[in-house]
Amino acid sequence: MSRGLVIGAFLTLVFVALACVSFLWVPYDIETLQIPNKLKTPNLNHWLGTDHFGRDILSMVMMGARTSIAVALLAVGIGMAIGVPLGLFSAARRGSFLDEIIMRGNDLIFAFPSLVIAILITAVFGASAVNAIVAIGIFNIPVFARLTRAVALPLWERDFVLSARVCGKSETRISVEHIFPNIMNLMIVQGTIQFSLGILAEASLSYIGLGAQPPTASWGRMLADAQTLVSIAPHVALVPGLAILLMVLGLNLMGDGLRDRFDPRIKKNRT
Amino acid sequence: MIRYTIARFFSLIISLIVASLVIFLVIEVIPGDPASFMLGINAREDTLAALRSEMGLDQPLTLRYFDWVIGMFQGDFGNSWTYKTPVSELIADRIWVSLPLAIYALILSTLIAFPAGIVAASRRGGASDVTIMGATQMGVAIPNFWFAMIMVLIFAINLRWFSAGGFPGWSNPLQGLKSLTLPAISLALPQAAILARIMRSSLLDMLLEDFIRTARAKGLTRSQALWRHAVRNALIPVLTIIGLQFSFLLAGGIIIEQIFFLPGLGRLIFQAISARDLIVVESVVMLLVFTVIMVNFAVDITYAIVDPRLRRKS
Repeated sequence: MSRGLVIGAFLTLVFVALACVSFLWVPYDIETLQIPNKLKTPNLNHWLGTDHFGRDILSMVMMGARTSIAVALLAVGIGMAIGVPLGLFSAARRGSFLDEIIMRGNDLIFAFPSLVIAILITAVFGASAVNAIVAIGIFNIPVFARLTRAVALPLWERDFVLSARVCGKSETRISVEHIFPNIMNLMIVQGTIQFSLGILAEASLSYIGLGAQPPTASWGRMLADAQTLVSIAPHVALVPGLAILLMVLGLNLMGDGLRDRFDPRIKKNRT
Repeated sequence: MIRYTIARFFSLIISLIVASLVIFLVIEVIPGDPASFMLGINAREDTLAALRSEMGLDQPLTLRYFDWVIGMFQGDFGNSWTYKTPVSELIADRIWVSLPLAIYALILSTLIAFPAGIVAASRRGGASDVTIMGATQMGVAIPNFWFAMIMVLIFAINLRWFSAGGFPGWSNPLQGLKSLTLPAISLALPQAAILARIMRSSLLDMLLEDFIRTARAKGLTRSQALWRHAVRNALIPVLTIIGLQFSFLLAGGIIIEQIFFLPGLGRLIFQAISARDLIVVESVVMLLVFTVIMVNFAVDITYAIVDPRLRRKS
């Protein structure tokens, strides 16, 4: 196991653990405001300090981890659930009219500036975590569809697929039983990368007020609240930013490490 | 080459048509009655009627769509409901902030990424490679609006080298440029990190090519071969990424402009969303998407000019 993979997996696990623990216990209730306690720097009672409402920042980070992970995970889920079958179908019917339509459709989504469209969606449908998930998820579809098609295509030329055909299996069954298990690893790698992009996207959207709405805690909105306080209480701005940075860094390191292990195309290049 | 250009031009037109249809549908059809969406539930009936006729809502959908598209070709983007001015004027004002900002960030990102990628590739595995790659990992992971806040804290509040936000206009070009510097750096950072990684891996791929071995056999050192032969060839994939980055920079500007209180398109779109001024949102989004699609088209064509192999393949 590479060092990057270990560090990445560790960072990711820490945040996942924080999010899980927050369901059972957080140091302080984040919905009670304690104005006399506001803007305390990190101390023994509040390890990461308190914000402008006197809320415990560690508790907010834990609750925010929950939102970030949930939004990003569901967005990746949408991308995979729609993108992978589309890519498998395209590869099975390579060269057909439908394949062409699917691939051109993907190009089209890629051509849209994703943030602008996410803003458009939230502008019309209202700002909420669900709309953020949909907005981020839509842009994950072509990523998975393209990758699936690209790695599935060469598999269709392989002998084990040929023998499956000789057995009389349909294209759908071959895709599900033979192609998909062989590309699953790469999907996990790509999923990790898209997960990290999803965390960043969620943070951006909730920073501009188009993501999860109060009282749901979110790292992006913590930063938005901290913006005017940055000169008097820098820790209020530093902590949520560091949380995003470490979580994304962890996922990226993990993704790179997994790719090195799983992707044969890269190994060749390393020697 | 001509066939390739025609094919690309054809898909450009389709992209634009589909893009405009999607935007039109999302803004004018899905909300049901855009006029009551914009004015809220407490709107008076005569105000609603005024807005409906202003937006042409009494006309059939297809006619409205064509009116909108044809209007844009003539530079008529409709009238803003909240600003009471033509949207084209609003855009013309704001574009002189957003476009320079995106270009400034693009230049910065290229200036940082090229040397970083080349050094990392030529000293592969060495200390500078490890340092640069570590820095790019951080660069990709840092949310740029947070980076912007940190820079404001350091360079504007503590050191007082720059102002924390606002834009003085272009009457004094140096002042204008200075006020765009922190925003441009924060926009450029993640893009520079991505570009540096691509530059490095693209160069490393090149170093495995036969023509590099030939150059080395001729007696060139590794770095001579890299500079004289590999860099030029590695530029091709890098060029595409720069084109794609332009769209990120334009769109990313929406958030950065918010942080630095810059009166650009991003801030315009954002204010329009808060004010539910759908006419402005619709036109500015279309303009951004149009620009991105055009830039991608230009990149594809340049790509084909630079790399003759691509023309034959299509």
